[in-house]
Amino acid sequence: MTKFRVNKTKHVDQTKTVSFNFDGKSYHGFDGDTLASALLSNGVHLVGRSFKYHRPRGIMSCGSEEPNAICQINEDTDLTEPNVRATEIELYEGLKASSQNCWPSVNFDLGGINNFISPFIPAGFYYKTFMWPKSFWKKIYEPLIRWSAGLGKSPTKPDPEMYDHKHVHCDVLIIGGGISGIIASKIAAKNNLRTILIEDKNILGGSTIFQKNENYKINNKYSSEWLDEEIAELQKLDNLTIKTRTSLAAYHSYNYLLAKENISDHLPLDKKNGGIRQRLWKIRADKVLVATGAIERPLVFNNNDRPGIMLANSVKKYLDYYGVSCGFNNVIFTNNDSAYETAVSFKEKGISVEIIDIRKKSNSKIVKNAEKLGVKIYWNSTIVNTFGHRKINSIEIMNLSEDGSNVVGDKNRINCDCLAVSGGWTPMVHMHTQSGGKLDFRENDQTFIPTEIDESHINVGSCNGDFELEEIINNTNKKVKNFLKVRETEFDNTSVLNSRELDKRNIWLLPNYISEGKCKSFIDFQNDSTAKDIKLALREGFKSIEHVKRYTTTGMATDQGKLSNMHALGIIADTAGVKMGTLGTTTFRPPFTPLTFGSIVGRSVGNFFDIIRKTSIHEWHIQNNAKFENVGQWKRPWYYPINDEGLHDAVQRESKAARDSAGILDASTLGKIDIQGTDASEFLNRVYTNAWSKLGIGKCRYGLMLNEDGMVYDDGVTTRLGENHYLMTTTTGGAANVLSKLEDYLQTEWPELDVYLTSVTDHYSTASICGPNSKKILTKIFPDKDFSDEAFPHMSYQNAKIDEINCRIMRISFTGELSYEINIESKYGKSLWEKCIEVGKEFKITPYGTETMHLLRAEKGFIIVGQDTDGTMTPIDLQMDWIVSKKKYDFIGKRSLYRSDTIREDRKQLVGLLTDDPNEVLEEGAQIVSNINKKPIEMIGHVTSSYFSPNLNKSIALAVVKSGKKMNGQKLIVPMENKNINVTVSDSVFLDKENKRIYA
Amino acid sequence: MFLINCPYCGERDQSEFSCGGEAHIIRPKQPTELSDDQWAEYLFMRKNIKGVQFERWNHAHGCRKWFNMVRDTSNDKIHAVYKMGEKPPVK
Ligand SMILES: [Zn+2]
Repeated sequence: MTKFRVNKTKHVDQTKTVSFNFDGKSYHGFDGDTLASALLSNGVHLVGRSFKYHRPRGIMSCGSEEPNAICQINEDTDLTEPNVRATEIELYEGLKASSQNCWPSVNFDLGGINNFISPFIPAGFYYKTFMWPKSFWKKIYEPLIRWSAGLGKSPTKPDPEMYDHKHVHCDVLIIGGGISGIIASKIAAKNNLRTILIEDKNILGGSTIFQKNENYKINNKYSSEWLDEEIAELQKLDNLTIKTRTSLAAYHSYNYLLAKENISDHLPLDKKNGGIRQRLWKIRADKVLVATGAIERPLVFNNNDRPGIMLANSVKKYLDYYGVSCGFNNVIFTNNDSAYETAVSFKEKGISVEIIDIRKKSNSKIVKNAEKLGVKIYWNSTIVNTFGHRKINSIEIMNLSEDGSNVVGDKNRINCDCLAVSGGWTPMVHMHTQSGGKLDFRENDQTFIPTEIDESHINVGSCNGDFELEEIINNTNKKVKNFLKVRETEFDNTSVLNSRELDKRNIWLLPNYISEGKCKSFIDFQNDSTAKDIKLALREGFKSIEHVKRYTTTGMATDQGKLSNMHALGIIADTAGVKMGTLGTTTFRPPFTPLTFGSIVGRSVGNFFDIIRKTSIHEWHIQNNAKFENVGQWKRPWYYPINDEGLHDAVQRESKAARDSAGILDASTLGKIDIQGTDASEFLNRVYTNAWSKLGIGKCRYGLMLNEDGMVYDDGVTTRLGENHYLMTTTTGGAANVLSKLEDYLQTEWPELDVYLTSVTDHYSTASICGPNSKKILTKIFPDKDFSDEAFPHMSYQNAKIDEINCRIMRISFTGELSYEINIESKYGKSLWEKCIEVGKEFKITPYGTETMHLLRAEKGFIIVGQDTDGTMTPIDLQMDWIVSKKKYDFIGKRSLYRSDTIREDRKQLVGLLTDDPNEVLEEGAQIVSNINKKPIEMIGHVTSSYFSPNLNKSIALAVVKSGKKMNGQKLIVPMENKNINVTVSDSVFLDKENKRIYA
Repeated sequence: MFLINCPYCGERDQSEFSCGGEAHIIRPKQPTELSDDQWAEYLFMRKNIKGVQFERWNHAHGCRKWFNMVRDTSNDKIHAVYKMGEKPPVK
C-alpha cells in the first residue's frame, strides 16, 4: 500500500491489485479505483498541460466535470480513445493512459513558453492575430493552430467493437442514482409503475454513500448506512430496472431520452473481445424524474490552477470512498459549510487540515464540530497567491475588507500540499433545460433553479436546489408523491438530523493586492480563459453571454463549462453592474457528456450503413461483370465491361450494339404506381400536363408532371390497363416522392375523387429490349403473339404468357429504337432475363447499363428529370410545349406557366450543343458564355448532358442557355481551365428526327 | 422527437411522420382566373408563426394518411390533431 492510501473502504478492494501504465510508467491501484484515484494513491497529481499556456495541471474533481485529467487511452491499439476523463474511467488490469496536449512530456514542455508570453495572448487573440497578412494563413497560421490545438489523437484503424441500440418504453424514468433518485425510484416502483433508474457511476448512492458524519443522520443511522439499506431493498423490486454505468446524453421533447450504457469499457483488453462495448438506450418515458445532483464550484483567485488544487468534495470522496488522501498538509478554501465535512473527515483520520473561509463567521453544527476537533479557521480571509510549480507547496492569504471588494492587512504564508476549494454548489440543470425547461435565479446562494414546466417531468434533490439533507429527503418525497399521485410513502415520517448552513457569502472574483492584469485567475481550466479575458471582452463591447463565451472560449471545451459557466456569468454581472438573473445563461445542448461515434451509429455500419435495394436480376449482373451505380438506394448496372474494358469503351460498344442489333436493360427500378378507381382518368388529367381522358384501354402515353410552381417534377409512361385501371411509371429516384405527392393531392385537395394508389415498384421486374432485332427476339419468347405494327403498335400494351406466367408487354421506347418492355412478377424476373439473353444470342443481344441508356436517350434528345432539369425548368423551357394541354381547364402547375417570371423569353432553355471539333467531349456542368471579352464574363448557361455518340460518330451535348430557343446555329464558348471550346447551338434531337427507327 | 397522436393509428414516434407545412391553405378552384399576385399569395406566402400554428402532417411511414395538427412552434407543444376535412379546434 502506498502512503497516500490511508483508509480501508468497502468500495475499493485492497486485496485485488491492478497494474496500469501512465505516461510510460507502471503503477498499481486496486479493484474499484478510477484511474484518477489510483494516480492520486501514487502521489501523482500532475496529469496534463493547459490548452493555451501549457501550464501544469492536476486532477481537480472526481466526475464528468473534470477539466484537466483528460487522457488518451490504449494508444497505438485500434481501441485507442482520446478525451477520456481519468476521473470517470474505472481502472482495469493493463490500462495504458497518457496525458494529452503536452508534447514532448508532461514534465518538460516546449509549449510552456506560452505561459511566459501570456500577456500577449488575451481573449480573442486568435481572431485578432491570425487575420493578416493573408498569405500567412495557409502556410503558417493554420498548421500552427492545428498543431497546437490538438486534443488527443483519433484512432486510425476501424473500430473493432460492436455497438448497440435499444428502444424502451417506461412509466417513469429516473435520472441519477443519488439519494433523491433512490427515494423516487422506490416510490415509483412500489406503486406499480414500470420504472427505470439510470446512474452513470458503477454503483448507486451519489455522494451520500460516503457520508459518515455525526451531523448527518437519517432515522438515527449514519446517512450512508441508511442509504445502503435502501439500495439493498431497491434491488429486490420487480418492476424496477437499474442501469448503472449509464449516462444520460440527451433529453428531447416529449420525454424522449438517449442514454449511453457502458458495457465493457471497464474490462481489461483481453476480456472486451467480441462483445458489445456500448449500448445507446432510446427511452420514451411517460414521466421523467431528474435527480442529477449538483456540481461543486471552484473559487476564482490568482493562480488557482496548480496541481494539488482540487474541489473539496472530491477530496473528501477520494478520502472516504477510495481511501486516498490527496495531501498530508491540507488547506481548505471555502465560502460555505459543505467543505467542513472534508475537514472533519481529515481530522478524524489524524491528517492535518486548516480552513480559509471568506465568510465572517458560521455558527452551524458542522463548523462547531470542526472547531472542536481543533481545525484552525481563518475567517474573512482570501487566498491572494499560490506557489509551487508542478504541485502546490504554499499559499498566501490576506483579510477581506468589510464589503469584500478588497484585501486588507498583512500577507500570511501557509505551507500545504493540497488545497481543497469549495465555492458552493451548482445544480445540474442541463437535463431540465435540454428538455425545454426554464430557470429562475435564487439570490441567496446565487444559483439557477429549474422552473417546473408540465406534468411530465420534475426535478428533485440538489439539481432542484435542495442542498440540505433534510430538504432533499422531505421535498423529494413530497414532490414525487404529488407527481406520481401517490397518497403515502414509507418516507413520510423520516427523521433527519442535519447541520444547517446559516451564513452565506459569495464573491465571484476574489480581490487581490496584485493588479488585475497580472493575476492568473482561471475560470475555464480546459480552455485556459481567465477573469481578465472576460473583462477584456466586456471592454471591447461584447455584451451577450453567448458572445462573450465564444470570444473568450469560456465554457466551450469538452466539459462544456460545467465548472466555469457560473463564474463567467457572475463576473459579467458584477462588471456590467447588472443582476445575474437578468443575464440568462448560455444554452446547454446535448450531449451532456461526449458520446462515441460508435454508440450513435450502432449497428448501421458497413453493409448496414444504408438500405441497399437490388432487383431480382441483380445476381446475373454480378455474374456478368457489371459495374454498379447507386441510384437512390438502388444498385443499378452502370456498364458491363468485357475483359479490361473501361467505362468509355464499354459504353461505346453497348450503345452501338443497341442501335445495330439488340440491347437489353434492367428497368425494374423505375417507380411503378398502380392507380385504380372510377375517377382515375380525371385524376391523371389533373396531375399530368397533357390530356388523358381519351387514352384507349391498352394504350400507353408519356406524361410530364409539374410542381404547383410550374417546374418539371417527374416524368414517365403511364399505361391504361382497363377502364378504371392505370399503371404509372416514375423515375427511379422520384418514385417515393411522386407517390407521396399524389397521395397529398388525393387526400387533401380532391378527397371527392374515387382513386386508390398502390406502389408496385417491387412487385414487378422489367426487361427492356431495344434495337432493330428486338421484334424478332420478342417473337421467339412469345411465339403465339403477333408483333406486327398493326397488331401491336407503338405506345400500346398487351398481356402475354411465358409458360403459365403472366407478363405485360409495353411497346414503348426511351432510346428511339424499336423497343419492348416486359413486366413480370419479380420472382420470375431473373428467369425472364435469362430467357431473353438465351433467345437473343443469335442477335448478339447486349446487356447495357445506365450510362448507355443515358447516351442513347441523349442522342434522341430525351430529357432526364434531375439531370437536364433542376427544379427551375418549365416544360416551355425544355421546348416541350407540345405536351402542355391548351384545352384542359386546370392541372397541377398550369397557372404558374404564365406568371410574369415563367413567360420571360430570356429564361434558360434546353438546346443541343455541337462542338466545332467533333472529338471534343464537353464536361457536364461546364459554364457557357457568348462573349468572352466583356468583363465580367456573363455565364449564360451550362452543359447538362454530354457524350461521344458512337452512332453519329461525334460529340453531342444538351445544355440550358438563356434565350437558347432563338439561338439555333449561333456560336458560343465553353471556357475550361486551359482552353476555350467553341460550340454551336443545335436542335436537341440529334438522331432520327423523323422517328423512323421505332418502327424499324 | 415528438410523440404524435395519429388520428388513425394512435401515438407514434415523430420519425414516422413528415410535416407538410401550413394547413388550411385551399388550392384555388379556378386558378386561371387569378391574377399573378393572387396566385403568388397561394403559392408562396406562408405565415411561419412563432407560437400556435396549424400544420399538415403525413404519417409517411405508417398509414400514409394526411392530417392536421395544432402545434406551438415556440415550445413544440401539440395542442390538437384532427382529420383532413374536420373543423379546426378554436384556439
Ligand atoms: Zn397513421
